[in-house]
Amino acid sequence: MKEKRSLLRNDGFQTFAASVLCIVLGLIVGYLALLIINADGAGKAIMSVIKNFFNKPTSAARLKYFGQTLAKTAPLLLCSLSVLFAYKVGLFNIGAAGQYCLGVALALYLGICKQWPWYLCLICGICAGSISGAVCGILRAYCNVNVVISGIMLNWISLYGTNMLLKPAMDPAGKDTFRLVSKAKQALLPTLGMEKLFNDKYVTIAIPIAILMAIVVWIVLDKTKLGYELKATGNNLNAAKYCGMKENRNIILTMVIAGGLAAMGGALYYLSDFTQWNVNSSSVPGMGFNGIAAAFLGGLNPIGSIFSSFFITHITDGGGYVDLSHYCAQIADFISAVIIYLCGFVLFFKTFLNSRLNKAEERKIEKARALAAAETNKGGKA
Amino acid sequence: MLLLIQYTLIFASVLLLVALGGCVSEHSGVINLGLEGIMVMGSLGGALVMRFLPYTATMGGRFGMFFAVLCAAIIFGVVYSCLLAVACINLKADQTIVGTALNMLGTALATVAVKSMNTALNPDDHSSEIKYINAKKAFLTNIGKFELNWFMIVAVILLVVVFVLLYKTKFGLRLRACGEHPQAAASVGINVFKMRWAGVLISGLLGGVGGITYITAGVSTWKFENGVAGFGFLALAVMIFGAWDPFRIAGAALLFGLFRALGNVYNAFDFLKAMNIPSGVYNMLPYIVCLIVLAFTSKKSRAPKAEGIPYDKGMR
Repeated sequence: MKEKRSLLRNDGFQTFAASVLCIVLGLIVGYLALLIINADGAGKAIMSVIKNFFNKPTSAARLKYFGQTLAKTAPLLLCSLSVLFAYKVGLFNIGAAGQYCLGVALALYLGICKQWPWYLCLICGICAGSISGAVCGILRAYCNVNVVISGIMLNWISLYGTNMLLKPAMDPAGKDTFRLVSKAKQALLPTLGMEKLFNDKYVTIAIPIAILMAIVVWIVLDKTKLGYELKATGNNLNAAKYCGMKENRNIILTMVIAGGLAAMGGALYYLSDFTQWNVNSSSVPGMGFNGIAAAFLGGLNPIGSIFSSFFITHITDGGGYVDLSHYCAQIADFISAVIIYLCGFVLFFKTFLNSRLNKAEERKIEKARALAAAETNKGGKA
Repeated sequence: MLLLIQYTLIFASVLLLVALGGCVSEHSGVINLGLEGIMVMGSLGGALVMRFLPYTATMGGRFGMFFAVLCAAIIFGVVYSCLLAVACINLKADQTIVGTALNMLGTALATVAVKSMNTALNPDDHSSEIKYINAKKAFLTNIGKFELNWFMIVAVILLVVVFVLLYKTKFGLRLRACGEHPQAAASVGINVFKMRWAGVLISGLLGGVGGITYITAGVSTWKFENGVAGFGFLALAVMIFGAWDPFRIAGAALLFGLFRALGNVYNAFDFLKAMNIPSGVYNMLPYIVCLIVLAFTSKKSRAPKAEGIPYDKGMR
């Protein structure tokens, strides 16, 4: 009995339970939406969203598509780490989407137009994102501009900038950039043999790098002095300043790191040649925004992010398997949006649970007291 | 030139309406980052009416269409903003997360709804577009070469209404008190929850009207996958630049509207065309201007003091 209570009290467990609850409720809402659209195939449709690569008939194909899901998870994980890192310091990095664009822009431009090797492309891409993050940070630190607003503005500036920069890298046959395989083999990410393991050439070192970054972020935030200072700045800017921390430097540094993480996601994804950039794209890629979802669903824990990013990629991919004659793939976006909306209630859920537990405990103590009082009364009478 | 003025006015009306929405909500103490999503829902409501309501070109038909579209946009916007109100006011959720979620949800919901509607009507149609070429004519009046969109007038009327509501009525005073110091407001018997609900619902109304105005500006089909291209956030920037004051917001909206309009019509100007600037630069322009302006104006913030903080009765 005692053990069970301590489990419910455990913050990590509460976060986990809240996330699972969000997922379940999100899926239920998604199912209801499918029921409204067309009641006949709704059950099957929601199952194919949940199953994703398990929809494939053979185990080889399943493994291949599992690999592809992993390949898409890596950039999402990095975006979610970017959001998470900034959020721990009290900044909401909605600019992750734009930083992601810039990472793509520099990596592809240098790879295709300048024929640079992949590692230089990657580093330059990261720098581009960091600079964009730094702009956000400097504006916040010295001009008091809300990072959400400046982030959004930079998203659109980065998007159009990326389109302009990648015009020369466009394949005249379509609207997309050249495939790296055909034009810039030196810019392809190495696969370290994982390609054979999954029988899919898009499974590259991006995946281990992303997971490694999650661990690094966890260590930096939880185990180092720098992480402590950054979090202190996020908790109370004035207190941090009073303690002699350089609060402006911390804000800018945070945004530089967050920008670099998101850009790394973009660069790694496009250097694996999985997809090509459409130089006429008119909307900011959803990866950065899904990163927000993944970060919150993961309970704002870097290790949790690994799982939540995988889950979100999983259902987004699964959206492609629904019966398209009745439904559309965006039902998965709808589900993940509902899940983030519900993630907003996590704090409420925790407070509610804790107050219930407190009340239960109080009642118990009261009961024990009453019992003890009754006993003494009895004793007095006798 | 006339075209530039026309586009400037219509984009300025959109920004004005949405920024006013943000302004009312923030004065009540709730940061409404979900305006983008509310705009999408408002435009969806209006577009559905324009798609399905039969339109006759008589004066009565035009007014009927106009009011039906307006009402639909308002209803969709207000209902959708309830999601924000419940989460942020009653359940004390993080306003930034909920706002962001509502933006994603708005686009996703509208896309799913329109796509499944199109597919249901025609099994081969998987697009997320609604066309409203004819119905749109209901609220366009040509004055010479200038095409007056009735929503421009709506924007001006609502500007005055919001100003009077916020600064000349008892309700407005109470609403603003809840954004500055909700505990003090509560101590004199104002129901903070009610006031904040009112603030969010009004912002839903204004955001919805802004949304329908946006999709009737210059185009007559709308692809709902695209959302509203960051206009909700641009409107928030307009609001900050306008220092949370309705008339200053109107001025800011005109400025941003001008830069946004330049992107649409720069080809009509010989000297701009001669400079041979890539179109991407014009697309970036409103956002760049916004950043620069914010950098210079944000230092001394006139934001309502309690905005973004969930109301807690027990706090001092």
